[in-house]
Amino acid sequence: MLEIRLHGRGGQGAVTGGELLAKAAGLEGKWSQCFPKFGVERRGAPVQSYCRIADERIKIHQELYEPNAVIVLDASLMDSVDVTAGLKEGGTVLINTRLPPGDVCLLDGNCNVHTVDATTIAKEALGRPIVNTAMLGAFVKITGIVKLESLVEEVKKHFGERLGEKNADAVKACYEAVK
Amino acid sequence: MKKTIEGSIAVAEVARDCGPDVVACFPITPSTHIAETLDKMYTNGEIKSYTAVESEFSAISMLVGASAAGARAFTTTDSQGLALMHEVLFAAAGMRLPMVIVNANRSLSAPLSIWNDHQDSVSERDSGWIQLYCKNNQEAVDTVPQAFKISEDTNIPVMVCFDGFYLTHLVEQIDIPEKEVIGKYLPKRKAEYKLDPENPITMGMYALPTHYQGFRIDLHQDVLKAAENVKKEMEAWGDVSGRKYGNGLWEEYHAEDAEYLFIGMGSVMENAELAVEKMRKEGKKVGLVRIRCYRPFPSEVVEAIKGKKGALVFEKAVSMGADAPLYAEISSAMKEKGADVPLSSYVGGLGGKDITVGHIEQMFGEIEGGPVKKVWDGETGAPKIKKSLGAGEENGGA
Repeated sequence: MLEIRLHGRGGQGAVTGGELLAKAAGLEGKWSQCFPKFGVERRGAPVQSYCRIADERIKIHQELYEPNAVIVLDASLMDSVDVTAGLKEGGTVLINTRLPPGDVCLLDGNCNVHTVDATTIAKEALGRPIVNTAMLGAFVKITGIVKLESLVEEVKKHFGERLGEKNADAVKACYEAVK
Repeated sequence: MKKTIEGSIAVAEVARDCGPDVVACFPITPSTHIAETLDKMYTNGEIKSYTAVESEFSAISMLVGASAAGARAFTTTDSQGLALMHEVLFAAAGMRLPMVIVNANRSLSAPLSIWNDHQDSVSERDSGWIQLYCKNNQEAVDTVPQAFKISEDTNIPVMVCFDGFYLTHLVEQIDIPEKEVIGKYLPKRKAEYKLDPENPITMGMYALPTHYQGFRIDLHQDVLKAAENVKKEMEAWGDVSGRKYGNGLWEEYHAEDAEYLFIGMGSVMENAELAVEKMRKEGKKVGLVRIRCYRPFPSEVVEAIKGKKGALVFEKAVSMGADAPLYAEISSAMKEKGADVPLSSYVGGLGGKDITVGHIEQMFGEIEGGPVKKVWDGETGAPKIKKSLGAGEENGGA
């Protein structure tokens, strides 16, 4: 079972992001879970969402403490939120930043850091800096956890025709751009 | 059909396919996506009626009127909403009006919380409602059609309880029963008696001391008898859907040859299944008994506990100033049926305090030394978390 934690701010789509990843896994016949962790729900507050993907039905109903991977939608969160808390040894960290992975400084040195400038890509594709779908494109590239086509299909289904195409463009652009 | 869907939305889909005549909800915090989804379904013409009332008190009151007129009636709520219904819950049961509430289990104020525990519905245990607790979303969607059938066959209202957040907000793969399957299983309601201008009757009238007690004890006896309906419908639903949950009243997991048992209700029991699987691999003889039907209380469950070295009751509810409710009831049933097993009581998981697989293993370990009565604080068993700090200049570099 793979456990993924998404960090974002209220309004950035961390919850929808986890849901789309879980749905893409479901599309491929895998078993998955996604659920949010809210504090006090409001725009801009730090939020987390959890996603689990496995080959068998997932029974567990508890929070996610030791993720295999972490997706950070907003690097400014890292001042106040311990984004690599509990991360498994050699786990994957994907951060939305202009910096190359080598320039990102994490005290947890035992992880694979990847970066992508999802904000710029989302602004180009959507006209708005909502990066959840874009970040998933990058995540799928580095982990291969679901196929790009499955993700694109779920994104289009979720957002409908016009916005779906734009989000799919963001997914594909980040898929190519991630370092 | 299996789909990746949120628990709340799946439950709304099944509630729709049960063909309710009247749905009334108060769609504000605390609420789940069930009410919101039913509202959308009404807008799309998928259900006959939906009324967004001004409070949960009005929602349940509207259901009383609808059910009295012979309609199939449904609402959904949680925590404070259920508490606000309290007065009418007793009236609905006392008037023998079938209806179904799906309650997303969440804490009661104060302090204010939106998270999961069972204090809301356990507090309504004496209302005369049948209460069924689900361990996962699959069971929740499988239980809603049974709830309508049981309620309409017994003229006793039914509350389907499933855990707030842990289940309601969980997106996962759920096999949603087809409308045709539900249609075949659940016939249209045939009210034995109803409000009818052609044939007037009185419902919920005043009872003098000579009669009041008789009505209440009749209800009590009928709720007890409803255990047979709960069992029967589990069989019947199992036949059409291929899915069964124990005998409908309770479900056992590796209980038969177990030396130690974990007893509880709700989604924490799937974590307990994982703990049992893990401990069995280590050669420890542990098992589970999950209470699915809390009202009527299945005191025969004691047969599954007899002869064990120890058992513990874990519950997400507290009875202020007394023993925890489920523990007290299991304990009393054991005495009555002569089961002399050291029984432990754990209260925990209140207000969403996470109960992990590791916690459950620890609880099993603790009761080996004799019975324990405690509040589980949830901290000791939490996995150790590595500390790390933020990243480079882009974060402001402060």
